[in-house]
Amino acid sequence: MTGFAALLMRDLRLAWRRPGDAAVVLAFYVVAVALFPLGVGPEANILARIAAGVLWCTALFASLLSLDRMFATDFEDGSLDLLLLAPWPLELGVLAKCAAHWIVTGLPLAVLAPVLGVAFGLEPASLAALAATLLVGTPTLSLIGGLAAALTLGARRGGALLALLALPLCVPTLIFGAGAIEAQATGEAFAGHLAILAALALVALATTPWAIAAALRQAGE
Amino acid sequence: MASTPLEVEDLGCRRGGRPVFERLSFALEAGELLALTGRNGAGKTTLLRALALLVRPETGVIRWAGVDVQDEPEIWRGRLAWLGHLDGLKGDLTVGENLVAAQGLRGGPTAEDRLDFALAAFDLSGLARRLARTLSAGQRRRVALARVLASQAPIWLLDEPLNALDAPAQRSFHEALRRHLASGGRALAATHADIGVPGVRTLALGMGFA
Amino acid sequence: MADLHFLANPARFRRFSQRVLPGLTFATVLAFGVGLWLALVQAPPDYQQGETVRIMFVHVPSAWLSMVGYALLAALGASLLVWRHPLAALMARAAAPVGACFAVICLLTGSLWGRPMWGTYWVWDARLTSMLLLFFLYLGHIALSRAYDDPDRGDRAAAILALVGVINLPIIKFSVDWWNTLHQPASVTRLDGPAIHSSILIPLLWMAASFLMLFILLVLLRTETEIDRRRLEAADQPL
Repeated sequence: MTGFAALLMRDLRLAWRRPGDAAVVLAFYVVAVALFPLGVGPEANILARIAAGVLWCTALFASLLSLDRMFATDFEDGSLDLLLLAPWPLELGVLAKCAAHWIVTGLPLAVLAPVLGVAFGLEPASLAALAATLLVGTPTLSLIGGLAAALTLGARRGGALLALLALPLCVPTLIFGAGAIEAQATGEAFAGHLAILAALALVALATTPWAIAAALRQAGE
Repeated sequence: MASTPLEVEDLGCRRGGRPVFERLSFALEAGELLALTGRNGAGKTTLLRALALLVRPETGVIRWAGVDVQDEPEIWRGRLAWLGHLDGLKGDLTVGENLVAAQGLRGGPTAEDRLDFALAAFDLSGLARRLARTLSAGQRRRVALARVLASQAPIWLLDEPLNALDAPAQRSFHEALRRHLASGGRALAATHADIGVPGVRTLALGMGFA
Repeated sequence: MADLHFLANPARFRRFSQRVLPGLTFATVLAFGVGLWLALVQAPPDYQQGETVRIMFVHVPSAWLSMVGYALLAALGASLLVWRHPLAALMARAAAPVGACFAVICLLTGSLWGRPMWGTYWVWDARLTSMLLLFFLYLGHIALSRAYDDPDRGDRAAAILALVGVINLPIIKFSVDWWNTLHQPASVTRLDGPAIHSSILIPLLWMAASFLMLFILLVLLRTETEIDRRRLEAADQPL
């Protein structure tokens, strides 16, 4: 466990030293979301109708942005070898990396999304639902994204390929994330949807660390 | 006291479908250093990576105290200190933070005096609070070596440890290595240069596959 | 597993496939001849859908085989990662584009069928959407396996992806079905209704068998090509 904590603290400290990297992701989120009213038109009921989908899809894209550096920096400076050589399960180290990515990317996105939701005319209850779904759903995005990042380590066209791999696997989270907000608005069982979202996160938590660890090991060969 | 036997038997690795080395066998006693020589591409790095279980060997077995190290990979990795051809330093962390983080990755607590000792051994005490990215190549190499020293691991795996080191730094390295061996440690080093230990055993790679 | 183990060696696979291929080719052509006659001439037009129902005889087998193909990719992936069978990597490389093609055929025929039935080429129907996502998974596999200078790395990365994909496929299918019922009521006419009369079922199963033979034939042929390609690439190396 000390190794897990040490790795998590190291990555958070690195992110802290370069606040610009995280800020760019949030700036992308704001700018990309702001484009939708410009493209679709400012009509209030249309915006409120598409808000959940727009804010979720864009959050998905934003969390992809920083993923290509998740293992690549470690790969390039040789510290990936130190992680592979750590005398404790690599799966835990992978979890620490994904947790750091989530704290730096997913958590701020979940905090920022309700603010943007106001501009789309979402009700306060929907704003809370939006934040809740993102809080529960973004860890899954970090885990699946981490897998795509590990698989494309050292590949040609890494960035675009990463998105191609991660996006289809993120579809269930997107569907239930955006769907939960809609369910809340139409008075359906919001808690049930949130529970499925949490279940998806648990499935990702149970499966992806093994796959990421396997991908990192074969990248180290 | 008889030392725990470390035996490599019949080790063979392939890369991209072609053999890098085959049927490699040797043993390493406590206090012993094995220098790996051979031309570029002879398989020095691959052998070190195979010993660290970073590369899966095609054939053969590595035994520690008679047990295949693949059976308990985490315990085996805990015995190793690794110096690759990359330094493994984070540019945005200070020298001291880099050592603490690496020590944390090994899962051990960080003994302050141990870090100070390792830094002093490579003449880095004045640089402890400098960001690693502001260092020269030679200074970075010294930090990586200090990391190996601080780990207190009994087996050192070193890939071109003398790279980018100036004469005083090379002397520091020789000194640290001799002390490591004298205290019963073992080391394997891939190197072109003089490793600084008199009468060192050498394993020349790449003879059969020119 | 022991029976298939002899295939793990490319040279032995070669001898096997060269013995099988001529007969299989002949059988596939024959099966398609009979199958097309059954499907296009023999089967009655549907009382609701008319002659367009005949698209189903291509559409449904393609859908089945694209799913079988992905399951095969996962099985080959496991075989590569666990037993390091060199042939598994080559066969996965060979099978992925074939499976992707069947997914495309399924999507195209579905869209052609949708034009007269739904009045539009594309409807976000649950089955079509799931198939589209399966096609994306295929694309990822194909792109990843070819994205590395070292083909071995691409093979192993794609193998991991196939295993993760096969775990996720039911989840994706489930969520798309759920999404579909939330956003639109179930379609009135389905491409493959629940109760199929035997006059349609027999040609359908015959066509499915023909498609399966075609699939096996293509994968065997392409695996041979991959073996040759690896040999050529390694021609200057002592093997």
